[in-house]
Amino acid sequence: MRQIYFLFIGILFGIIMFKSEAASWFRIYEMFQFQSFHMYGIIGSALFFGVIMIQFIKKFKLKSVFGEQINIPDKDKSFYRYMLGGILFGLGWGLAGACPGPMFTLIGAGFLPILVVIFFALVGTWIYGLMMDKLPH
Amino acid sequence: MEWIFKPWPWYIGGPMIAFVLFLLLFFGKSFGMSSNLRTLCTICGAGKSTRFFDFNWKTQQWNLLVAFGAIIGGWIGMHWLSDEIIVQLNPDTIDQLHQLNIKSAGAAYMPEELFSLHALTNPKVLLSLSLGGLLVGFGARYAGGCTSGHAISGLSNLQLVSLYAVIGFFIGGLLMNHFLLPYFL
Repeated sequence: MRQIYFLFIGILFGIIMFKSEAASWFRIYEMFQFQSFHMYGIIGSALFFGVIMIQFIKKFKLKSVFGEQINIPDKDKSFYRYMLGGILFGLGWGLAGACPGPMFTLIGAGFLPILVVIFFALVGTWIYGLMMDKLPH
Repeated sequence: MEWIFKPWPWYIGGPMIAFVLFLLLFFGKSFGMSSNLRTLCTICGAGKSTRFFDFNWKTQQWNLLVAFGAIIGGWIGMHWLSDEIIVQLNPDTIDQLHQLNIKSAGAAYMPEELFSLHALTNPKVLLSLSLGGLLVGFGARYAGGCTSGHAISGLSNLQLVSLYAVIGFFIGGLLMNHFLLPYFL
């Protein structure tokens, strides 16, 4: 039952994605055209608080609600996978106008063609799994 | 409370995303939405085809609940918390999109030319949505994360590799947006 918290966190996240318009294809287009501060403001202010928060958590070794120490692992060091994977992701983001979080939000908001995007995102994930050993990482 | 029903400005949305990151960390987890795509592949049986999907998906149940919550949140945002669902874009953006035949720009939340059921009868739209999804799914797993995993959590944790990924996101996004998109619309 402890898991039910995550449903509520997700509901909050979905509302934020919808209401801040980060889930809108138009906002992503506008962002890549540098014609609005909106998306940069969202990501920038999230980062501003995120950086302070994580420094705080690390410095004071905060514990989670379940009493375990909060552990934020470092990501594996490399270059190619992040840059090449990032570019491919960006091409898709610029085309479909939705990243994985907003994709779920858009189902709920009733923009059903997003299901096509999600289905192919699953196919893309699967293809990565099949060929990951052959890719530079 | 009137503001809730209006579109939320960036200085509300951004800090609230940081709050979601805080909640997930406080509940002993991390913020990464694209991992759910891998989990869903595993549930569909991808573990039989390759070891990347061969893991106990129940360890990711919490994240699927976050994703399921995001669906409910989208419904609530749309039906209970909005009195208008028009994205107020920069007038230049609207002009440009009109020239690209996206006539719903400035009058809708999502482009009807791409995200209405009627649009799905257009093979070109179907191709664009499919290709977009394919690239997002493949790219997110190759890069080890998406906007939430790298641009929000990774950068918040000052991970240099997340900066590489985010730079990649923008190289790809700008290429698509400025050079390729007109061919897909």
